[in-house]
Amino acid sequence: MERVPVLKLGDILIVSIQIDLQDQGVLALQEDLADAVVESGARGVIIDITAVEIVDSFIGRMLATIASISRVLDAETIVVGMRPAVAITLVELGLSLGGVRTALNLEKGVALLEDRDNAGTVAVPK
Amino acid sequence: MTDAIELPIAVNSDVVVVRQRVRTSAQEVGLSLVDQTKVVTAASELARNTLVYAGGGRVRIEVVNNGARGGLRLTFADEGPGIPDLELALTDGWTTGGGLGLGLSGSRRLVDEFDLESKPGEGTRVTVVKWAR
Repeated sequence: MERVPVLKLGDILIVSIQIDLQDQGVLALQEDLADAVVESGARGVIIDITAVEIVDSFIGRMLATIASISRVLDAETIVVGMRPAVAITLVELGLSLGGVRTALNLEKGVALLEDRDNAGTVAVPK
Repeated sequence: MTDAIELPIAVNSDVVVVRQRVRTSAQEVGLSLVDQTKVVTAASELARNTLVYAGGGRVRIEVVNNGARGGLRLTFADEGPGIPDLELALTDGWTTGGGLGLGLSGSRRLVDEFDLESKPGEGTRVTVVKWAR
């Protein structure tokens, strides 16, 4: 079974899904990520789906589950890079991905996590 | 002109093969990127249903024509336990398999034509069509 590598950058874990995952691969990723969050003490998880051509209800549920699991483990999950056609299809399918934060790309995802880390310590008046 | 291919749905990796084959056919009949994505997503849901609820089956992928308009017809068939209450099975959120209950109802929204036939004890056949615009 193909596995998706989990990369660590500072206190962020980054996963980029580059292959058409079968259901077992999706479940394995869920477990690998939960382990990696605990092992690394990461505060954020970014899942890059730029290369993902479809998000069906199974993958959608996986994204929501990963978000819930990492929240329980004190990390925030951000899904980045969703293609427009995927977003349209997902909503029509009936999945709203409630509870999953998204950002348009990796850069914005990282910025969101950094904002959150700073929010507790410094007030930023603008 | 009618081209058809038939693929087995017996193991998890077959769902991936079905998605890829439907994608190729959808491109060939000239579906837009959004429509390709919709029909591949519907195919993924229906192939998984065939596997999870019936223990397997097959899909027929056909290129169809309606005048000048091309389209893709997918027929998922199995000899599984069948669906006792079709209306209930098509309700958003209804599931007997521990999923989200969006497979059938959601797929129906993603395609142009949707037909569900099922006889308890004999099997289920789901036929969907997506037309090029």
